[in-house]
Amino acid sequence: MFGFHYRLERKTIGLVLGIIGVASIGGLVEIAPLFTIHQTVEDAPDMRVYTPLELAGRNIYIREGCYACHSQMIRTLRDEVERYGPYSLAVESKYDHPMLWGSKRTGPDLARLGEKYSDDWHVAHMINPRAVVPESVMPSYAFLQRTELRTDDLSDHLKAQRKVGVPYTDDMIANAAADAYGQAAPDSPAADGVTKRYGKATTVRAFDGKPTDLTEMDALVAYLQILGRLTDAAHKPVATAEKKP
Amino acid sequence: MAHFERDPHTGHMTTGHEWNGITELNTPVPKVIWLFLACTVIFSVGYWILMPTWPIGRTYTKGLLGDDVRHDLTQSVKQAALDRSEWSARIEKESFADIQKDPRLMEPVRETGRALFGDNCAACHGRNALGTKGFPNLTTNSWLWGGTPEAIFQTITVGINSAHPETRTSQMPAFGKDGMLPRADIDKVIAFVRSLSPPNAQDTKKDIDPAKVAAGKELFAANCASCHGEDAKGNTEMGAPNLTDQFWIYGGDQASIAETLWGGRQGHMPTWESRLSALDRKILALYLVDLRKPEK
Repeated sequence: MFGFHYRLERKTIGLVLGIIGVASIGGLVEIAPLFTIHQTVEDAPDMRVYTPLELAGRNIYIREGCYACHSQMIRTLRDEVERYGPYSLAVESKYDHPMLWGSKRTGPDLARLGEKYSDDWHVAHMINPRAVVPESVMPSYAFLQRTELRTDDLSDHLKAQRKVGVPYTDDMIANAAADAYGQAAPDSPAADGVTKRYGKATTVRAFDGKPTDLTEMDALVAYLQILGRLTDAAHKPVATAEKKP
Repeated sequence: MAHFERDPHTGHMTTGHEWNGITELNTPVPKVIWLFLACTVIFSVGYWILMPTWPIGRTYTKGLLGDDVRHDLTQSVKQAALDRSEWSARIEKESFADIQKDPRLMEPVRETGRALFGDNCAACHGRNALGTKGFPNLTTNSWLWGGTPEAIFQTITVGINSAHPETRTSQMPAFGKDGMLPRADIDKVIAFVRSLSPPNAQDTKKDIDPAKVAAGKELFAANCASCHGEDAKGNTEMGAPNLTDQFWIYGGDQASIAETLWGGRQGHMPTWESRLSALDRKILALYLVDLRKPEK
C-alpha cells in the first residue's frame, strides 16, 4: 500500500487524478443528500414569509450581531424543550437566508420568542436590559428607538430573497416600503395592505408604542415577535418525515 | 541521479537527494501514529454499523442500535411526566382549595412553580415577582383581575389585551391626549388621586392643595369612578387598579400619574394557553398565591 503511494506521487497526472478522486468523496457526501432534500425536510403548507418590516428587523438583528450571543435553534434535549418549547425543525428556517441558528448562547435561545413577552417589555429591554433583567449583560440598544428605519431599499431586499427561493410576489415587492410603514401603524390606510398581502394572522401593531414614526425599534420588535411563529409545524405531535410509510 | 543509501547514524534510508554532500533522510511516520489512525478507522466503521450515518435517497442507514434523538426525547419527556404523576395527577384533578390545604402537594408546587416562573414570567415580573415599572408586583394583595388562584389561572391562560380570543381587555383612556379633560382638570384629578394612597393619605397637607383635592374628587366621580369605583378601590371585573393602596404599576408620583392620565395606559400580558399546559398554569397560579403568604 505504501509502495503504491510512493509510485503514485511520482507521476503528476496520476497524483492529480488521485487528489480529485479523494476530494470528491467529501463533496459527494455533503452534496448528494441535498438532491432529495424536498423529501427529507418536513412539509409546512401553512408557512408564511417575513413581512418587509420583519425582514428589516432581521437585517438589524444581523447588523447588530445578535446571533453572536443568541441562538435560534432548540435542540432535541429535554432541558431545552422544557424551557423553550418544541425543538426546531428544518422547515422553520426555510425562508431564512442566511439561517441564524447560531452556535453560542450568552443570552437565551430565541427560536420561540415570538409573542412570549409584550412589545412594551421588548422596548424597555432594548433601551436598558438591566431595567427588566437585573443580571443581564446585554448591551443597550436605545439608539434603535431614535433611528428612523430605512425603507427605500426594502423592495430590493425582497427581490434578493426571491432570487434564493422565498415566494414574494411582485405585489409584495412593489409595496414593500408602504407595508413596512403600515405594519407599525395599525390605524393608517397602509395597514390594510399588509393584511391583504401577508394574511390576517400578520401582527399589525405600533411595536415601539409610537404609531407615528417608523423606527428600527419597530422593525426589530416586529421580527422578535414573529420568531417561531411562521409555521405551526413544530407544535404538532411529532410525525417525523423519516418515518416509514 | 538518485543514490539511495542507508544512513549509518539513524539506520534509515535517504531519499536519494543530495545537496553539496548533504543528504535527506526518509524517516517513516512513527508506528504509534499509524496505530492511532488505524484505531479511528476501525471506530468509524463500527460507528457506521451501530449508529444512523449514511444517507440513502429519502432515508438513511438506521444502524443496529436504532438510535433516534427525537424518539429519545419523547421518551424522556414521557418518563419525566410519569415520574411526577404521583402528585401532578392530583394537582390536575383537585380543586385549588384542596391543594392549598395539602402540604405534600404544595411542596412540589413551590419547587416546580419557581422553575416555571423563572423560565416564563421572570423576564417581565422579575425573578422575585416584585415587578418593575409597567409590570405589576405579584407579591402584594393588589391584583388587577383578582388574586384568587382561579382568577390568576384565568389571567395566565388568556392574558390581558392579548391575541387570545377570550382575552381580558382593559384600557385606561387617554384623558389628556384625546381631549376628554382639560389640562387644569387633570391637575385636580392628580391631586385627588395622590391624596388617596399612602404615604400621602396620612399627610395630605405636605404638597397637595386641599382645594384641588376637593375639586378633583368631583371630577373623579364623574370620569373615573365607572371603572375605578366610587371609593377608588378598583374593580377586578374590569382590571381597574385600586388607587388607594401603595402599589402602583406605572408609578404614583405626580409625573407618572400625569403621564397615565394624559396618554392612557394599556398593559399587555401574553396568553400562555398554547405555551404552558393546564397543569403548569395551575402550578403557577398556586405558586403565586403561596408567594404572598408568609411562611408558616
